[in-house]
Amino acid sequence: MLDSILRILALTRKELLALLKDPRGRFSLFFPPIIQCLIYGYAATFDLNDVPYAVLDRDHTAASRELLARLDGSRIFHRVATLGQSEQIKPVIDRRDAVLAIQIGPDFERRLQAGETADIQVIADGRNSNTAGTATGYVGAIVEGFNADWRTAHGGIDPPIQVITRAWYNPNLETRWHMIPSLIGTLTLLQTMLLTAMSVAREREQGTFDQLLVTPFRPAEIMAGKSLPSILIGMVQAGNVLLVAQLWFHIPFAGSFAVLFVGLSLFLLAAVGIGLLISAIAATMQQAMLFSFMVMMPFALMSGLTTPIESMPRALQYGTLINPLRYAIDLAQRVYLEGAGLRLLWPDLWPLAILAVVTLTSASWLFRHRLGE
Amino acid sequence: MMHGPPRAVEYAAPSTRSSPRHGGFVRRVRALVVKESREVLRDPSSIAIGIVLPLLLILLFGYGLSLDVKDVPVAVVMADASPDAMELAAGFRLSPYFQTRIVPTMQEAEELLREKVVQGIVRLGLDFTWREQAGGATVQILVNGTDANQARIIQAFAQGAVAEWYARQAGEGRAHSGAGPVMVQSQLWFNEANDSRYFLVPGLIVLVMTLIGALLTAMVMSREWERGTLEALFVTPVRPGEILLGKMIPYFVLGLIGLVLCLLAARFLFHVPFRGSLALLVGVSMLYLSVALSIGLLISSAVKSQFVASQMAMLVTFLPAVMLSGFLFDLRSMPAFVRGISYLLPARYYVTLLQTIFLAGDVWSVVIPNTAILAGMAGLLLALTRATTRKRLA
Repeated sequence: MLDSILRILALTRKELLALLKDPRGRFSLFFPPIIQCLIYGYAATFDLNDVPYAVLDRDHTAASRELLARLDGSRIFHRVATLGQSEQIKPVIDRRDAVLAIQIGPDFERRLQAGETADIQVIADGRNSNTAGTATGYVGAIVEGFNADWRTAHGGIDPPIQVITRAWYNPNLETRWHMIPSLIGTLTLLQTMLLTAMSVAREREQGTFDQLLVTPFRPAEIMAGKSLPSILIGMVQAGNVLLVAQLWFHIPFAGSFAVLFVGLSLFLLAAVGIGLLISAIAATMQQAMLFSFMVMMPFALMSGLTTPIESMPRALQYGTLINPLRYAIDLAQRVYLEGAGLRLLWPDLWPLAILAVVTLTSASWLFRHRLGE
Repeated sequence: MMHGPPRAVEYAAPSTRSSPRHGGFVRRVRALVVKESREVLRDPSSIAIGIVLPLLLILLFGYGLSLDVKDVPVAVVMADASPDAMELAAGFRLSPYFQTRIVPTMQEAEELLREKVVQGIVRLGLDFTWREQAGGATVQILVNGTDANQARIIQAFAQGAVAEWYARQAGEGRAHSGAGPVMVQSQLWFNEANDSRYFLVPGLIVLVMTLIGALLTAMVMSREWERGTLEALFVTPVRPGEILLGKMIPYFVLGLIGLVLCLLAARFLFHVPFRGSLALLVGVSMLYLSVALSIGLLISSAVKSQFVASQMAMLVTFLPAVMLSGFLFDLRSMPAFVRGISYLLPARYYVTLLQTIFLAGDVWSVVIPNTAILAGMAGLLLALTRATTRKRLA
């Protein structure tokens, strides 16, 4: 038993040396995740803070100017064009100069004074329908404010119902708060899986795997020796992402680090298991790399990272149940933002444990099977 | 090469050998293309990334990815079971956006939110009916903000559901008219169905082209460096430019196959409207493909190690194509610094072109500048690749 542990440790040491001795290897191990973390933190946002818009004001009255002043005065909207006729709307939108064109009819103020409902028309560029929807929503909010003030100023009645909205865990609804904790799982999965798959594939391609086989190592020990370094590096990377999240982006950490790392170790075991499975199938490094990539893409897309799982068709939602990243992202977000403890995380923990057991045992079976040949 | 196929031997006839500068060029490139294509066809992973991955991505993107919210589980807290409150709750229940669950107390609802059984809570207070008649009733909407985008959409839909209920009440004369003096009427151009798939599917083409162009070539070329087979090629009469062409042509063809697959899926599977011209789309795609291929070749000749090359290719091409190209996240929301970086990325121009050609049509004021930049990048990168390869040879 002790011998076995010593052998595993020796192999782990050898793997870590092989990985870290090359400066380019070191660089590509730790630098890209941090850069990715920064890029995702800044780039991955569905929030809009700059909406260029065009105006066609056919009314030119105090009321219409008041409404437009509210738009211009907001930090979000900035006017790129003031149009004279409706034919000019199309080119402005086509060229992408403006996301929105707002048209105010000629009887705007008259209708308001008469107590009727005055419409304003908003035309949005649907080439990105998400942006368009958000921007139209902002116009709605500004018009809502205008309405409320108009009612008070002109003796209207307050609407009898007020809607009060509040968001838990992310009060300002910042996409970044959602994105960065998710990266803890995403970036470590990619690297751990790739590292494990590539380290076995490299030995195979270079023929040193056969040398390893004639040593006293048992197949299970070789597997353990290949897995441990990847898990260690995965942990360090998770730590790096956490550091960036807290020191650079200042996203408050609500939970406990111990709980997070307990969950992550289960997740990393599953990731290593998948990496070993790939390496048992792949004959060359190129294959290992491309197969990892082919596994990673669906995992990343179907994990709730960019789009919610609830919006997917039912069949695909069932498919996500075997996706370890789905649980890791949920777990990281809940520990990080919601401060969830192990009891609340149970629905994420047991599937991860099952996935780890299944992938590791089938990888070890495949290994033995292939080595027997 | 050296154990070339019989057909290559046929080309080595003395007549062509007499003029090595011209006749030899076509012959040598052709032999290299044949060799490379065989390697592609023999290696299941190249086929996988060239054909299986695009298909997989098409299905996942088309069916799986959606930013449109529906069936969000929400808890409705109804302490007051008056007809008005019931009707408001029914409004939520009938809405396609929500799956409601009625609970009597706020504690229970909060527990459900904490366990993530529901994403939001709609709370009607005890005195809802009384206050509604007196004016000043409140409906509280509480959402789990972890997924900010989804939370915002839920808030908007919940407000919409309340407003709709209110308008219905007003219509029946049971409440005083509260419709705002100004109503917003919105129109969505180019994407009337408000379907996020319409802009995700064109984005998918960018991903597929980037994967095939940059990732695959970066791996392939650095493998030859790693194994030393490129040096073996250097001692043959082939010139560096010919080696590059021999590498590029098969992957160019693979990329075009991927493009055709994506286009067919966009048209017949997802019915994304196509308002521009096909020739233009294919033209700009070929431009982008050459840009991606040269980046892949540049990376591999710069680092010469498969592992590092694959990491670099991911970092330089694929990730930016997802994050900084404007295909998923709007560039306008990014800080100026990040936006500045995005101008350096070919994917940005290609995404703009694709979204415009697909959804808006051939808008020349968009097409011409973006195509010109892509063409410039292609020229520059090809020349650069050519230059670095020659240097290594010397």
